Amino acid sequence: MNFPADLKYTRNDEWVRVEGNTATAGITDFAQEQLSDIVYVELPAVGDTFQKGESYGSVESVKAASDVYLPLGGAITAINDVLSATPEVVNSSPYDQGWMVKFTIANLADLEGLMDVTAYQKFCEERKS
Amino acid sequence: MSYYPHTERERAEMLAAVGVKQIEDLFADVPAKVRFPQLDLPEPYSELETMREMLDLADANANAQHNPLFLGAGAYNHYSPSLIHQLLLRGEFLTAYTPYQPEISQGTLQTIYEYQSMICALTGMEVANASHYDGATSLAEAVIMAYNHHREKRKKVIVSPAVHPQYREVIRTYTQGMGLTIVGDEDPENDLAELTKQLDKDTTLFVVQSPNFFGQVENLEGLAAQVHAAGALLCIVVEPISLGLLKPPGEWGADIAVGEGQSLGVPLSYGGPYLGFFATRKEFVRKMAGRLVGEAKDKNGTRGFVLTLATREQHIKRDKATSNICTNQGLMAVAATIYLATLGKNGLRRVAELCWHKSHYAAHEIAQLPGYSVDLSRPFIKEFVVQCPQPVAEINAHLFNEWGIIGGYDLSRDYASFPNHMLVCVTEMNGRDEIDALVEALGEVTSHTH
Repeated sequence: MNFPADLKYTRNDEWVRVEGNTATAGITDFAQEQLSDIVYVELPAVGDTFQKGESYGSVESVKAASDVYLPLGGAITAINDVLSATPEVVNSSPYDQGWMVKFTIANLADLEGLMDVTAYQKFCEERKS
Repeated sequence: MSYYPHTERERAEMLAAVGVKQIEDLFADVPAKVRFPQLDLPEPYSELETMREMLDLADANANAQHNPLFLGAGAYNHYSPSLIHQLLLRGEFLTAYTPYQPEISQGTLQTIYEYQSMICALTGMEVANASHYDGATSLAEAVIMAYNHHREKRKKVIVSPAVHPQYREVIRTYTQGMGLTIVGDEDPENDLAELTKQLDKDTTLFVVQSPNFFGQVENLEGLAAQVHAAGALLCIVVEPISLGLLKPPGEWGADIAVGEGQSLGVPLSYGGPYLGFFATRKEFVRKMAGRLVGEAKDKNGTRGFVLTLATREQHIKRDKATSNICTNQGLMAVAATIYLATLGKNGLRRVAELCWHKSHYAAHEIAQLPGYSVDLSRPFIKEFVVQCPQPVAEINAHLFNEWGIIGGYDLSRDYASFPNHMLVCVTEMNGRDEIDALVEALGEVTSHTH
């Protein structure tokens, strides 16, 4: 399982890549594997704003559907249009082509409490056993 | 799918497997005094005696077969071709629960698929579900879908006061505790121009009915653009027979079209079972409630039918599902499908034309009676409002007691501003003799009082 070192992670199995005041978010390799074949991704509109931890969309697989939550509060600047036609990209490339939203970070203090790669990897292993 | 009851032997095997002697032992947890209460019932009747008893009771009712009927208000007396009832008796259709397994239910699934296709053709929409309980619950599901579409961020629903009063009640019942505000129908005078003023960025859905509860065809020109400019969705409640003549909701720009499908070959039956149809645009299909049958191919490439997009439903999406109701009115949907297939486009148009012409004949005749007035200024089909010289309850008593006629709906039940107003319904079932009798009978009421 893939755990990129440059990302921050949440307990809802989301990742966020922070670059200055902007960020990119998606779901982790662990999440896509738990969900299995993803058939639909619902994303917000550009310009929508969300609080930290607020649901901004949902992911449906052949066996489950779950909300996705923004790891940091902010305003959406881009959504991954590729996912509307080919949601399975989230399965094959959860951290790259399968990104979900880009947003401007409202408050960098929101980063506090997110897990680094070591903590998240441990969190996943605990749940696997 | 056939229905096979359990045999005595199978019951005995099952009881042995769970370790009890008799079925009664399964109810041991129910307190003894209420477990098998003594019922004070008369001696058993033979079949012959039972039939006589039931016929005597049935004779106490007036009914749509024997009495001229001018009552509509959401439930309509249309002709149901006898082949509908005959085909509904087939065991494959007549089951208590709709069988969905594709490996054994291709006939049922194909029929539902055809039902959905016909509802789409009728309403001008892109996707229809396998149906809901009735028109009122379809509308409530439309409200909930819009609320979900806006991610529960818009909390206002604008509903025209000319939407069926019971539908408006059901919306309020279904959405209790969701934090929605239902507005627009607080003043029965609110017309579309007034209602659209209430549109704002908190509005999730705008609901209009056409023909409305009073039978009038609403002018929907430009409405969708106004609703969409506010970012809200538009739901149009329609009467399916009227769509044989009128422009469908899809062409008016509706996002959701719902209605009561009882007109399509389902008998009045004391108010149920009826059929709620629900159609929307493809972009909203993931938020749609209810079951959906889709076309597929099997491993040999042969066309087949399966339930599709089931991830929307509550057994997968749990609390995130738009609705917890996936029940459909399978048998009634089959009835509507057979009705529409039997009549075809031209037949449906003919039924709508008969309703139009007969209701207009009746309205014009009644309008000439002293003491009565009918608003003929707006287009209507099948139903119209008559302002009467006396309370409707008194007039209806006269119609029934002296003429055996079942009169129209008493609007004072729902609208305080309509104390003496009767909603009269005329369909293809009302012959000219019946209409002339109604007019003569109404005329007598006036002459008694003047």
